Amino acid sequence: MANSESGQPLAVVPQVYGALWRGLLGPLRTIIQPAAAVIVALACGAGLLAFNGYEARAVIDVMVLGVFQDTRSIAEILLKATPLILIGVGLCVAFRCSIWNIGAEGQFYAGAIAATAVGVSFDGLTAWIYVPLVMLAGALAGAAWAAIAGLLKVYFRASEIVTTIMLNYIAIIMTSYLVTGPLRDAPAAYPQSARLVQEAWMPRILPPTRLHIGILVALALAVVMYVFLFRSTRGYALRVVGISPDAARYAGISVPRNIMLSICLSGSMAGLAGAFEIAGVTRRLFQSISPGYGFEGIAVALLANNNPIGAVFSGLLFAILRSGSELMQITAQVPQVLVLVIQGIVILSVVGFAVLRIPSMRPSE
Amino acid sequence: MEDVASLSFLAATIAASWRLAAPLIFASIGEVFSERAGVLNIGLEGVMLAGAFAGFAAAFTSGSILLGVAAAITAGVLVGLLFAFFTITIKADQIVVGAAINLLGLGLTAFLFRAYFSSAGKGIEIAKPVDLPWLSDLPFFGEAFFRQNAFVYSTLPVAALAVFVLYRTSFGLTLRAVGEHPKAVDVSGRSVALYRYGAVLICSALAALGGAFLTLAHSNQFVEGISSGRGFIALAVVVFARWSPIGAFIVSLLFGVFYALQLQLQAQPVLFLPYQLFQALPYVMTIAALILVRNRVDTPSMLGVAYKKS
Repeated sequence: MANSESGQPLAVVPQVYGALWRGLLGPLRTIIQPAAAVIVALACGAGLLAFNGYEARAVIDVMVLGVFQDTRSIAEILLKATPLILIGVGLCVAFRCSIWNIGAEGQFYAGAIAATAVGVSFDGLTAWIYVPLVMLAGALAGAAWAAIAGLLKVYFRASEIVTTIMLNYIAIIMTSYLVTGPLRDAPAAYPQSARLVQEAWMPRILPPTRLHIGILVALALAVVMYVFLFRSTRGYALRVVGISPDAARYAGISVPRNIMLSICLSGSMAGLAGAFEIAGVTRRLFQSISPGYGFEGIAVALLANNNPIGAVFSGLLFAILRSGSELMQITAQVPQVLVLVIQGIVILSVVGFAVLRIPSMRPSE
Repeated sequence: MEDVASLSFLAATIAASWRLAAPLIFASIGEVFSERAGVLNIGLEGVMLAGAFAGFAAAFTSGSILLGVAAAITAGVLVGLLFAFFTITIKADQIVVGAAINLLGLGLTAFLFRAYFSSAGKGIEIAKPVDLPWLSDLPFFGEAFFRQNAFVYSTLPVAALAVFVLYRTSFGLTLRAVGEHPKAVDVSGRSVALYRYGAVLICSALAALGGAFLTLAHSNQFVEGISSGRGFIALAVVVFARWSPIGAFIVSLLFGVFYALQLQLQAQPVLFLPYQLFQALPYVMTIAALILVRNRVDTPSMLGVAYKKS
């Protein structure tokens, strides 16, 4: 939460020291806390491996060495980081407004569906038009899917936690219907859509790897969202609603409008991530197109203390973990779902460490 | 002839409704306790998974369903302690901790299942329906109401006990006061934290029991994410039931009907509708339920708010 600047005219000397402390330790602390949380989580993960009879040392060696093996493996990490950063950055916006959008998974699916529908439909468009069109379709579909939960909250006071989760299931079931029905590629044995028209594919930026422009868009949007949240009046209003809806109302800030804005922004980021996954990686729609990116994005945002720039780093970290866990599964037969455990412990550690504040750093009260 | 067919369809649907409502009944009554004490436990899904897995693991290795139930409740209490420690002692955000519990529940159960049971192809012997003498032979209703397994029957005493504890004991009175006006409880010399711990542990024990139903009495195997959203649906059930245990029982039954219809309609190829439409039914109905309850006067006033002594 935003530190309120101390404005009280107290003794000057402690204030100077206080400012010095904050100036030096503040930035350090923003890194120390998440780093400690990650270390605790990894230690727990290693403990879990050892306890269940895996050779933790060997597994970790495989992970660390394998993940950074060559350009290709690094490109694969960035490829996985793209949806995580996009979703995480979007959720930073929602969480800053205290909107608990747990529905990024469904919004990702909505974006993937829209990107597929657009991406298989047109002929003769140049990539200059087609690629942005696919991205736009994904972002709009994600925003629209999230808007359902937003409207239900604004008009019916329905908890967005429950509605977004229900919308996840509905979007996933809808995808299953589409790839076995209307969008099904007839000759394929496996339920999947037709392949996207080549002009709709995301341009690759590091051939021969699969890395595409999505990562650049994700990084740019992280900066944009940071500026929006912390350097703009609208972003400030959104955060006020998140901290105290009553104070916001009193200040003439529209609570419903900010709820809709924050949930739609986060939904559009998740939808965009879905579009990138389709047009950049798989090029077809499948039943389980997301390996849980939407849920992982929650951990990405929380580890970053809901700061979009921080979400870039936590997104990268979780992408490394995900790549590592895939290697673990292949080479050491360690179930890949260990990643979920680590995510859960990361979140618990983050909230646990948030309690331990260095007393001298608190703004004088 | 057609009447007989539709009548048996109805009887089968009713029987299935109660059975499929059972996990929701346990979880939502549990959540009523927790929310009445002011703690919003969105980690229900994770707790249910822990119960489902622990129940399966214990029953698989020991061959005893009773041991499975004991293991499930133990697992639920342990997860509940973790949740309670972070939300009540550390006063962390209940939603954030609940989300972490859900991830942990999903990840840990899937990890342990794959590590120990993935090669165990066969399932366990699930709880059998218990015929009540004479009653089960009644036409039509006999099968629906008196040929269920022990889990399903036990939803009735659990609901009755919940009503008794919440409204007829001083523990229940204090527990409800903790959710409405914790300061009053504090001033009267009782520990708000202790009552909240109690409420959360009751909640997670019941939710774990609901999870155990899935592996011990419904499917004979553990499957990753087997609760498939029931923990979240239970959250909506509690809202729709206006935080009353009897209400939670009835609303869960309503959702049981949706689950039963989903199964029955999926099995009817005559309908020219995609089966996914029926699959989505419980989830769509959950949203519909939340839309229908616009008036929230019954919401515990301190729901989701950590109590800080001033």
